[in-house]
Amino acid sequence: MTELMPAEGVFSLIWLLIALPLAGATVLLVGGRRTNAWGPYLAILTVATSAVLGIAMLVSMMGHSAEERSIGQTLYSWVFVGGFQADMAFQLDQLSIVFVLLITIVGTLIHVYSLGYMAHDANKRKFFGYLNLFVAAMLLLVLANNYLLMYVGWEGVGLASYLLIGFWLHKPSAAAAAKKAFVINRIGDVGLGLAIMLMFATFGSVTFGPVFGAAGEASEGTLTAIGLLLLLAACGKSAQFPLQAWLLDAMEGPTPVSALIHAATMVTAGVYLIVRSNVIFTAAEWAAVAVIIIGLITMWMGAVIGSAKDDVKKALAGSTMSQIGYMVTAAGLGPIGYVFAIFHLLTHGVFKAGLFLGAGSVMHGMNDNVNMRRFGALRTVMAITAGTFIVCYLTIIGIPPLSAFFSKDDIIHASFERSPVIGILAMLAAGLTGFYMTRLVAMTFFGKARWEDDAHPHESPKVMTIPLVILAIGAAFLGMSLVYWGNIETWLEPVTGLQEVPLPLPSWVYETVTLALVLIGAAIAWTMYARREVPVEAPHGSWLTRAARNELYGNEVNDALVVRPVYHSSRWLVWFDNKGVDGIVNGSAAFVGGLSGRLRRYQTGFARSYALSMVGGAVLVVLALFLVRVS
Amino acid sequence: MNPSSYIVLSAILFSIGAIGVLVRRNAIIVFMSVELMLNAANLAFVAFARMNGNLDGQVVAFFVMVVAAAEVVVGLAIIVTIFRTRRSASIDEPNLLKY
Amino acid sequence: MSEAVTDVNTGEVVVFWVCAVLAVAGALGMVLSRKAVHSALWVALTMINLAVLYLANSAPFLGMVQVVVYTGAVMMLFLFVLMVVGVDASASFIETIKGQRLAATLLSVGLAILLIWGLGSALSGVPAQGLDAANTADGGNVQGIAHLIFTKYLLVFELTSGLLITAAMGAMVLAHRDRWKPAPSQRDLAVARVLGDGPVGNLPNPGVYARHNAVDTPAILPDGSTSDVSVPAPVRARGDERPLDRVDIEQVHQITEGPTE
Repeated sequence: MTELMPAEGVFSLIWLLIALPLAGATVLLVGGRRTNAWGPYLAILTVATSAVLGIAMLVSMMGHSAEERSIGQTLYSWVFVGGFQADMAFQLDQLSIVFVLLITIVGTLIHVYSLGYMAHDANKRKFFGYLNLFVAAMLLLVLANNYLLMYVGWEGVGLASYLLIGFWLHKPSAAAAAKKAFVINRIGDVGLGLAIMLMFATFGSVTFGPVFGAAGEASEGTLTAIGLLLLLAACGKSAQFPLQAWLLDAMEGPTPVSALIHAATMVTAGVYLIVRSNVIFTAAEWAAVAVIIIGLITMWMGAVIGSAKDDVKKALAGSTMSQIGYMVTAAGLGPIGYVFAIFHLLTHGVFKAGLFLGAGSVMHGMNDNVNMRRFGALRTVMAITAGTFIVCYLTIIGIPPLSAFFSKDDIIHASFERSPVIGILAMLAAGLTGFYMTRLVAMTFFGKARWEDDAHPHESPKVMTIPLVILAIGAAFLGMSLVYWGNIETWLEPVTGLQEVPLPLPSWVYETVTLALVLIGAAIAWTMYARREVPVEAPHGSWLTRAARNELYGNEVNDALVVRPVYHSSRWLVWFDNKGVDGIVNGSAAFVGGLSGRLRRYQTGFARSYALSMVGGAVLVVLALFLVRVS
Repeated sequence: MNPSSYIVLSAILFSIGAIGVLVRRNAIIVFMSVELMLNAANLAFVAFARMNGNLDGQVVAFFVMVVAAAEVVVGLAIIVTIFRTRRSASIDEPNLLKY
Repeated sequence: MSEAVTDVNTGEVVVFWVCAVLAVAGALGMVLSRKAVHSALWVALTMINLAVLYLANSAPFLGMVQVVVYTGAVMMLFLFVLMVVGVDASASFIETIKGQRLAATLLSVGLAILLIWGLGSALSGVPAQGLDAANTADGGNVQGIAHLIFTKYLLVFELTSGLLITAAMGAMVLAHRDRWKPAPSQRDLAVARVLGDGPVGNLPNPGVYARHNAVDTPAILPDGSTSDVSVPAPVRARGDERPLDRVDIEQVHQITEGPTE
């Protein structure tokens, strides 16, 4: 385990990375309407400053040698109870810095985009405050040096997600979606909480250093339990099966929220957790196998759902679910895959943000309509949006030499290194990715215009299109640069470990087959949706289409397994409270009342009756005295 | 006979007094029964004083007499007052403190 | 000093039996009498017998006090109140409260049996010390009692003296009659009499038409009936009104209405 270097120079400002957006959030949310005019700009400034600081720290870190790149900064001793200690302390190493950059840079671009997107919203100051709060919590999550502090950030991003999904709280669907997201996240949080407790019970500490150092000594059962609990937490936050139902509903929030939280950053926190805890997962084999299985299931679920949804944001959400499934699968593969999980996470953060912001730009031009069946031929009126969107689209399906070609194919190679089954499943999912993304692009930007009568699509203002352009450039070149210019594998290796296993066939074979599958999928989608007429009313479809439109009945399963039993048991409890508990209380009151009603008849008012009872009492007392004496 | 027969006599007088309190309806006769019970207790005290060989029992009996006298004074005054309004000396008459 | 006295001399035995029987008789007489005044007199009998028993128990002071205070003062007080309340209320022996008589008899008899059995068996073998030593210790029974009252029982003495004062005040307050209106003067009484229903003049005193002047003989009205108001109510209540014979009525008739033909 590498030692933590002291925080000197630019690294003494690590705490500032979190403090700046947190201060921004506080000023905006506490300041109230007074900050309406300049609030959004302050929010952009704080996140941008954090981004600049992050870049400075990266440059400085690149100057260190590989063993000296883990910096630790302790602010103060936070929890110190008995044998348990957790400090307000940060650990900036190769893994956290890439996350810091992703969060702050993409975050800044989305903040700028929101200036345009939320320009007409009366509550936009609150929106920026919540966004800053989110950035602060996410940074805390990735910078924490112990699981307890990470949990604080974990909860913080959950809170920010709730606030932002339900931002338009006058819409009942938005409020319900926010509640659903929070509740399902909570189930995952239970997993993380239990894992922390188990860690403390096993290792005596929850700080990364001691835990990972002592992981080898714990029993395999304990490590498997911890691993499964961490997996549960990751499922909740990253919308993996079985806790995936909230992600599609979360699209009720404004599009910048969907881009930042539900594509680029928050949903990747689960992957961060697994990769950060790689020591535990490497030691607990069965937990890692569970991770792979969950990842594969979600990879396919997301792809199938995304193929049938007519709502552009929900289709993209399905895509997010699927891509995170890729990352989780890679993380479950062990040291052969951790690096590629993070690699894909980074590229996905950029291109998915670009795709979502592009969709937002389309919605902005189409009066907030999300039905793709009402889009069509938008490339003629929204050139920049269409251009950036198509670049990101080509990236996600894995066309070389764009980013995801490198990251996704690395995952497919790692899958084949482990087992051909996993590899083939990942490859076929890539083909399906090509299908549904092409369907999306064809229905939106190509084909015939199916606009509604009051729709006047227009290009978005510069404040929205410039971030799109920057993200498209990033999506195009990030992958290349992380392989050839600065190698992501050697960068992350000290933290995650890297294992090279020889592939059965040479790597270009896999890349070619994958590309072929992608092109076949794209061609099928193009034929169905660009060449042919797209009906404005959704056709009935096959049973698979209908199931996919219904999100593979995930909500119904949740309803039957969880919601209805809870509802029934709470109804039974209410009945028990009314009849049983209240019955006892009321019954005892009635009993006392009835008893007193009987007893008051003894008050006859006659002094002689009272005298009789007195004499009776005296007889009893004398009797008792004699019995005691006599016996 | 021995000095304990005085105790037996006291017990008998006490019980007769108790019956008198419970059975008679005229308030003044009830009062007299109460006086009878007090006298029975006095007799017991005096007999015990003789048995114990000191005069404490007699002193207590003396004080019982004092208290009984005071009690008779007040009790009869009450009966007179009640009689003035109700024109009846029966103790079954004032039975309003009932359910 | 003297030994424990368990034997009593025959004089005391005789006194005990006589007084005990009389006391119990008095008690039973009180409980069972129909008239209240009779009950009072029976009680007085009991009290005097108890005073004699006190004397037999070497308590001369207490015996005298019993006669003076109880029989003299308390019972007289009872008799005075009986006069105020009225002797005409004769007791009815119908029990109005259900089960009271049965329960009372059972409980009291039970109490008596318990006490007699218990106390009797407990005390039968106990030797009596006798009060010779105690009575001569201070030079007499009275002195001995005084010694105890004013040393050991001083607080009780003070308290009971306060109690007596309170009782006297209480009796005065309770028995006091407030006048709501000014006392009617003689003129008011006369006016009321003239305006009222009854006879204006004096009512015939007993003996106006009297052939007899005894208090218990009723006066005869002109129509030959007897005048109720001419015999005092207590006498009437006791049923001691003397009936008149025919000769008296005839004579009155003749006086008032002239000789019959």
